[in-house]
Amino acid sequence: MELVTPEIGLIFWTTIVFLLLLIVLKKYAWKPILAAVDERNKSIEDALKAADKAKKEMLALNTDNERILIQARKERDALLKEGREIKDNIITEAKDKAKLEADKILITAKEQINNEKMKAITELKNQVAEMSIDIAEKILKSELSDKNKQKELIAEALKSNELN
Amino acid sequence: MKTKIHILRSVLISLSVFVSTTNIFAENHPEEKVEKETYNPVPKIMHHIQNSHEWHLFDYKDNEGKLHPVSIPLPVILYTSGNLDFFMSSDFHHGHSDVQKENRIYSIDEHSHITAVNTEQKSMSIFDISITKNVASMLISVLILFLLLRATSAGYKKNKYAPKKIQAFLEPLILFVRDDIIKANIGPKYKKYTFFLLTVFFFIFINNLMGLLPGSANVTGNVSVTLVLSVFTFIITTVSANKNYWKHIFNPPTPLVLMPIMVPIEIFGVFTKPFALMIRLFANITAGHITILSLISLIFIAQSGAGNGAAWGVAPLSVLFVLFIYLIELLVAFLQAYIFTLLSAVFIGLAVKEDH
Repeated sequence: MELVTPEIGLIFWTTIVFLLLLIVLKKYAWKPILAAVDERNKSIEDALKAADKAKKEMLALNTDNERILIQARKERDALLKEGREIKDNIITEAKDKAKLEADKILITAKEQINNEKMKAITELKNQVAEMSIDIAEKILKSELSDKNKQKELIAEALKSNELN
Repeated sequence: MKTKIHILRSVLISLSVFVSTTNIFAENHPEEKVEKETYNPVPKIMHHIQNSHEWHLFDYKDNEGKLHPVSIPLPVILYTSGNLDFFMSSDFHHGHSDVQKENRIYSIDEHSHITAVNTEQKSMSIFDISITKNVASMLISVLILFLLLRATSAGYKKNKYAPKKIQAFLEPLILFVRDDIIKANIGPKYKKYTFFLLTVFFFIFINNLMGLLPGSANVTGNVSVTLVLSVFTFIITTVSANKNYWKHIFNPPTPLVLMPIMVPIEIFGVFTKPFALMIRLFANITAGHITILSLISLIFIAQSGAGNGAAWGVAPLSVLFVLFIYLIELLVAFLQAYIFTLLSAVFIGLAVKEDH
């Protein structure tokens, strides 16, 4: 049948045209197009990977920053605490010292007062003694001017000695 | 992109309907002038789907009612017993006259067959390698394809980023063929076969589409063209076949009793695969052309059978059906290119597959 009978001329030209097309398209179309597409795909992949990496780095940087911030805050707190402690210590120490000093002063003052008191007492005692002696002298003088009274006195004195 | 295709499609269809109708209106006055005989569309349809030495456009009727075909003359190249003869197909005057070159007299019959006799009326054997309608159409298609792909490829030099214009249209197609047909079916060794299969796909696709243009040739619906393409696939499959492939043919994993049946079947299969490729493409494309032409012919069958009124009645329905088939044919144009490439890739894939 005419329809399914191959024609030699058409086979000849189809073969030639197809082979030429294959060679030409390989050189001018498939190779450059596929190379360009592959290259573009690669560059897109690279760009995506780089973006991912940058994102990860950013994240790491952020956590790092946070860590540093937390540490700094901790250090600041520690410093503040230490300062407060030092301040408290200083105050307590100063208080203690002041108290000690005050106590010392108080003691010295007491001692001094005591001394002065003792001194005053001694002086008073001496004065009283002197005065007593004077009085006694005067009394004795007046007493002894009367002989009876002397005898009476002696007798009295003897009496008390005997009792002792 | 979608709108572009849409516009192209509408133009194609409207043109086709227009041209086909005028064509057949002209044919509506058969030379035999036999009244009351139903119009027979078969000769016109067969004429359309077959190759020819001239590119027939339309016929017109002069004042005396004589029919004149109008066609583009094509070069005739003949190799006859050592002599290469070259002349235009118009020299045959649509088959009304012979052409004589030295001692060789060429004549053409109504099936566009050229025969040669020498001056002593003895027939000579000839090789007809003329630029026929199909060859001319194929050359035009290939040129358009080359220009399209060249423009695509040039686009990548200017534009490193997202594809634009023609690039955006063809790149997805190229990558679809490479990734989903070639890579998916051949496997890791696909690279060697990429160029052949891509070329096959686009060659078939563009010729299918060009064949849908009104007045165009039926290139991929010609058995000679599909023969060449399937022979290429056959050669590549056979040449690149590994030990595993041959082992499977001559020593299939079947019980010994079945060997005498299986081995011939396997050997037969080697040839039926490309043969099926050839027939499938040829039959699908030809069938599409026949369907469209038959549906258009309905109008003239109605007219010759029941007059002008019936023709006008049938015409809208016929046009609607043709429109529908045309849309299907656009799908088929892609589908057949896809199937041919897919099956070629599958056959090559089977031939290079490693045993596992």
